[in-house]
Amino acid sequence: MLRDDIPGFPELGELEVLRHFTRLSHLNYDIESQFYPLGSCTMKYNPKVNEAVARLPGFSLLHPLAPPELIQGALELLYELEGMLAEIGGMDRVTLQPAAGAQGELTGLMVIRACLGERGNPRRKIIVPDTAHGTNPASSTLCGYDVVQISSNNRGMVEAGKVEEVMDDEVAALMLTNPNTLGIFEKNIQAVADVVHKKGGMVYLDGANLNALMGIAKPGDMGVDVLHINLHKTFSTPHGGGGPGAGPVGVKGFLEDYLPVPRVVKSGGNFQLQEELPKSVGRVRSFFGNFGILVRAYTYIISLGGDGLEETSRMAVLNANYLRKKLEGAYHLPYPEPCMHECVFTDRLQHKEGVTTLDIAKRLLDYGFHPPTIYFPLVVSGALMIEPTETENRETLDAFAEAMSAIAREAKENPALVKSAPHTTPVGRLDEVRAARKPLLRWEPANKEGNRQ
Amino acid sequence: MRYTPHTAADKEQMLRTIGLTRIEQLFDHIPAPLRERASVSLPAGLTEVQVKRRMGALAARNATPEGWHFFLGGGIYHHAIPSAVDAVISRSEFSTSYTPYQPEVSQGTLQAIYEYQTLLCQLTGMEVSNAGLYDGASAAAEAVLMARRLQPEGRRRVLLSRALHPQYRAVVSTYLKNLGDVELMEVPFDRSGGTDINALTKSADEKTMCVVVGYPNFFGVVEDLAPIQAACARAGALLVTVTTEPLSLALLQPPGAWAADIAVGEGQGLGVPMALGGPGFGFFTCQKKSVRSLPGRLVGETVDHEGRRGFVLTLSTREQHIRREKATSNICTSQSLCVLAATVFMSTLGKNGMRRLAEVNVNRAHETQERLAREAGVAPVFSGPFFNEFVVNVKGLARRQGRFSAEKILPGIPLARWYPELSDSLLICVTEMNEQEEIEHLVRALSGN
Repeated sequence: MLRDDIPGFPELGELEVLRHFTRLSHLNYDIESQFYPLGSCTMKYNPKVNEAVARLPGFSLLHPLAPPELIQGALELLYELEGMLAEIGGMDRVTLQPAAGAQGELTGLMVIRACLGERGNPRRKIIVPDTAHGTNPASSTLCGYDVVQISSNNRGMVEAGKVEEVMDDEVAALMLTNPNTLGIFEKNIQAVADVVHKKGGMVYLDGANLNALMGIAKPGDMGVDVLHINLHKTFSTPHGGGGPGAGPVGVKGFLEDYLPVPRVVKSGGNFQLQEELPKSVGRVRSFFGNFGILVRAYTYIISLGGDGLEETSRMAVLNANYLRKKLEGAYHLPYPEPCMHECVFTDRLQHKEGVTTLDIAKRLLDYGFHPPTIYFPLVVSGALMIEPTETENRETLDAFAEAMSAIAREAKENPALVKSAPHTTPVGRLDEVRAARKPLLRWEPANKEGNRQ
Repeated sequence: MRYTPHTAADKEQMLRTIGLTRIEQLFDHIPAPLRERASVSLPAGLTEVQVKRRMGALAARNATPEGWHFFLGGGIYHHAIPSAVDAVISRSEFSTSYTPYQPEVSQGTLQAIYEYQTLLCQLTGMEVSNAGLYDGASAAAEAVLMARRLQPEGRRRVLLSRALHPQYRAVVSTYLKNLGDVELMEVPFDRSGGTDINALTKSADEKTMCVVVGYPNFFGVVEDLAPIQAACARAGALLVTVTTEPLSLALLQPPGAWAADIAVGEGQGLGVPMALGGPGFGFFTCQKKSVRSLPGRLVGETVDHEGRRGFVLTLSTREQHIRREKATSNICTSQSLCVLAATVFMSTLGKNGMRRLAEVNVNRAHETQERLAREAGVAPVFSGPFFNEFVVNVKGLARRQGRFSAEKILPGIPLARWYPELSDSLLICVTEMNEQEEIEHLVRALSGN
């Protein structure tokens, strides 16, 4: 039953370990060093006070199965955060359990399915626009639905007429992102929602782009029934190189009974856990979700307050429109609509020299900037999706615009320079085909000449 | 507080560049009725001092091991975390970076994940590890979903051990119920606290998709995987093991040694604070032959155009951003920073440190169990071997909670809420954090009536 050894496991001094990881850290790019304009990712400043607070032993050393009366501070925080997010999103009730945006999507769709099932037919289909994040269709499948894709119009928006064409009584919901992934506000959203509601379907809003909306327009007023929120985007929790985040879900009152258990309820001055709710979809994650992330988001919200959150969205939109203006001309702008918190350009003007979006992205690394999100949304050929966020100042935006303009010039004058970029990074372009064809997914003593990991 | 750096002059100049005069004009295209109702009705922002006071006050109203004698486990464990772990994960280069989609400026994150994948393979004895999932419970659900991809349509029954963590069973059930074609069947436990082998052997047949057992299970009992694996092999079912306490694998024969097909679990015990149960991470390992059905991210080794070694995200055609509705999972995270914490933790302790730590846990837990039986008359409920958790019977458990609180002791987790048949049963966890004096408190608190 017992093993003798963990073959291959390291035997190192603590200093060796620290040197190793410090060296690795130098190979990374991060927000505190430079501008990180990844579209739809909201790479804003992650405030230091959030980190300090999350490390208080009264939060970091809590056990989830301690009796509720001994974790009243934590339950109060959860209860209040639900209320704050409901207010920001214009929703009635919120669950904090989903561990990430995609799990929030799955949870929201399960809630819709449970409600429709109780009405007699859970239905078969989910409508997803072609501009949607890939998680939307993947979550739909995992919830047992077929995906019906619809295209956006030539102004980058979903049209009520288009939805009407595919909307029938087997459609459970429409999943929409607003502002959409082109950074454009879906002006017709209420008309679209009417079409869906008229046929008994529900409207799901992917809240990935909520950073554009605080104090500007509430999803709950747009006809949205279910909304997920990415705390690692709008609410400043760090991305961590790919998580952990959190994906709370807000719903309108008629869907409350279907939210995951347990629910935190207030009774008298105390907070209790409600475990038995017969209509609930059940549990989607163990315990209370990513509590440490919820603490950070709560800290952020009380730090900024209502006014500060509204200013956040205003400045995020100002920054994006400013960059959009500065880059017009140098790059092709596929949609002339005013943008919200992000804008999308393409490589069309550079294409005749053979320079692509990938080349532009890699050349930006030489200028010390992280590239925008590239080749997304899929409806735009060679997309460069830029989201500056509100925490960047004008000088930084100007410097980025200058670098982009310089690359546009290089693309004309010296395309080879751009096409062979990056030239200054720790490694050059990596052979991804080789990685996939002969996967080496772990270090093994046999396949290296004594290399230690 | 404000994190927007714009001066009044900046705003004015930026607006002028855009061709506007007022910020409000940026939103002219948004329907007026939406604009009118949009204000966020929350209290005004606080200063950093005010924020810290308020959060400190909330934190003070929670019981922690710093003020309480603490014996809780059940899926989340209180272990010592070397200061080096927080030092590394606090570095902005790791904590504020994005998913490593641009490998040229993400080699730090990518190599760390590659090292994590290596360490997890070594710890579990499995061939392939992904980069991490949300938590142990959803990892168990993803394991069953992967079994569904690997098995023919005739096999859609899942045998779930009743000794598997109850919240994990709940999450598996939530994930599967909407797919419509998978049937969950519970297999009872026996007096050892392990899965009832006879019942399992009878139930496993040509319809069985997979068998899911805890290792160690929710009662802390180390399942005998040999007969369980044999039952799976005879029936053609896949064996899925679920580990909530990964430290145990430093000492136990790992799932790979028992020919598990998929071995998953919760990684929190490896250097991540308890934090009310999250964030931690789910670990997910399998055999090479099924790597293309794996959910979540994978990092692979390759070279750049000059032949320099480097790392990239690979086999992405399984994932949602490429495959959309045909992806192996909808997951779009790997809980990367928690995975990094585990990587630093395992590297710092190393093979000897991990083993020594596991031994301290086993020894203290066994010593405590024996003392409770001998000195407090509190008998163990199960006879099976255990790692650092065990179940005892405490007479009148429910009515004694008040006294436990008065004595500032959290003696364990009462099991009756999930197992009506185990009323008066308490799941006690003893780790390296429990010194002798604390164990004596526990013995005294559980003595008498």
